Amino acid sequence: MERYEKTRAALDPLFPSNHEQEAVVVEPSDAEPSPQVRLPGVVVTEYDRTGSHLDVLCLPEQVVAVGQVLEEEGFFLESIAGVDWLQQGQLEVIYDFNLLGGDQCRVMVRTFIDRNEPVVPTLTGIFSAADWHERETFDFYGVHFQGHPDLTRILLPEDADFHPLLKDFAP
Amino acid sequence: MTVPIYPRHDETFVLNLGPQHPATHGVLRVKLTMDGEYIVKAEPVLGYIHRMHEKMAEAGTFAQFMPNTARMDYLHALAFNHGWALVVEKAAGIEVPPRAEYIRVITVELNRIHSHLLWWAANLLDLGAFTPLLYAFDDREQVIDLLERVTGSRLTYCYMRFGGVLNDIDEEFISGTRAFLVRLRERIPVFYHDLVTHNIILIKRIKDIGIITPEMCQRYGVTGPVARGSGINYDVRKDEPYSVYPEFDFDVPVYDECDSMARYMVRVDEMEQSMRIIEQALDALPDGPIMAKVPKMLKPEAGYYYSAVETARGSLGNRLVCNGDKNPYKLKIRSPTFSNLSLFGEVTQGMLLADALAFLGSLDLVIPEIDR
Repeated sequence: MERYEKTRAALDPLFPSNHEQEAVVVEPSDAEPSPQVRLPGVVVTEYDRTGSHLDVLCLPEQVVAVGQVLEEEGFFLESIAGVDWLQQGQLEVIYDFNLLGGDQCRVMVRTFIDRNEPVVPTLTGIFSAADWHERETFDFYGVHFQGHPDLTRILLPEDADFHPLLKDFAP
Repeated sequence: MTVPIYPRHDETFVLNLGPQHPATHGVLRVKLTMDGEYIVKAEPVLGYIHRMHEKMAEAGTFAQFMPNTARMDYLHALAFNHGWALVVEKAAGIEVPPRAEYIRVITVELNRIHSHLLWWAANLLDLGAFTPLLYAFDDREQVIDLLERVTGSRLTYCYMRFGGVLNDIDEEFISGTRAFLVRLRERIPVFYHDLVTHNIILIKRIKDIGIITPEMCQRYGVTGPVARGSGINYDVRKDEPYSVYPEFDFDVPVYDECDSMARYMVRVDEMEQSMRIIEQALDALPDGPIMAKVPKMLKPEAGYYYSAVETARGSLGNRLVCNGDKNPYKLKIRSPTFSNLSLFGEVTQGMLLADALAFLGSLDLVIPEIDR
């Protein structure tokens, strides 16, 4: 069994097929990005084309559970990125996971949150790497990582009152 | 009335290291809480050279961001060029001619040797050894001259293009590179190992200092020579092969000691492996074009893309989100030392300040790449 299949099997129990909560999520599409509905779950993606093996879409409250499973599977947290979908009024947080040698398996975990109330639980309890990466995402997008021990500015000045990577930010 | 002359034992004080300190190699500041000579708590303070490259990426077209990539890690700029070229080529579905990929590998590996040479010199300078710097800079100068010949710049290269490279390499570059490899091979055992590696003062300074366990590497997302000095056999060139690396026979040096000496050895050994790659690439260099036919204005399909390359400092990731427009919708640059430095606080707890500086040098930091 390929490593990504094993990882997928480990993640699947988090996403029962009879999921009643429907998440309205944004898929970037040509010209006018329009919100599309996709249920939370694990999708296998073409590595040669996208650079990741698995695309995991989850609800914000599932982030910690997904991180826990990936930690048990031996993954490390490579990076956290924010994306501002201004027209849809949503922010996206992308977590990239990878293995330190051995098999090849890259996992992209994404979650969508309300742009006006951007709250995601923190992963610092599982991965120490999340500390600085979450601070950076807070710095640039204003995403509030609930439970982070020290959610302060990291790259911008400590007295900055703006989040520069938001699409409606103008200096 | 009694006034204590010496501070009481439980009294700590805050010591500010940097941002303008020669040992931090750039504008890194570390807020240290000290108990005498021992560190109680170390808190790196970042952002003194933050330029918001990611916003610049969104403001321009894909090609316009290429010069920016070299201004992050100015010591291994070609690897940053490469990472950006790879992710956009992935998104736009561009095939690169083999000759161009070979040239990319040759120049990237030369650049890696240059980066390790500079790290070697600077790290020893931190430890109080001045002479090695002169030897290393002598060799480094040769690499820079070679790269200047093909790329047109000495440090902040903008050499790669989507679909190939800017200039072809000529006979003079090839013979110059071969001569450089012969020269460096002769010098490494004498000037690098005999003079420095086996030097008892160096060994006393860096052996068993700054222990990073494999478990910490996984927790903090540490990659590159730092992880390989902790017994983790992970090199993007081997584990997630990109470009034409699978065609070359080279080893990944791994040391299990987890200390600064192990990281030192990994980097010195890696120079030999880079030389092997360059030799094989020069021997097998195919003929053909150095650029693919690529439209002037790229509009990659909407979607999520990721590319990883091995820089001299670890795994560089470019997370690109496209929405079908001519600008990147979002670019996140995962720079290796950002993650590598984040464990500094945990490792230096209870360490002597002088040891902490030796440890800091072994992390091979390039601050503009952390601050972006």
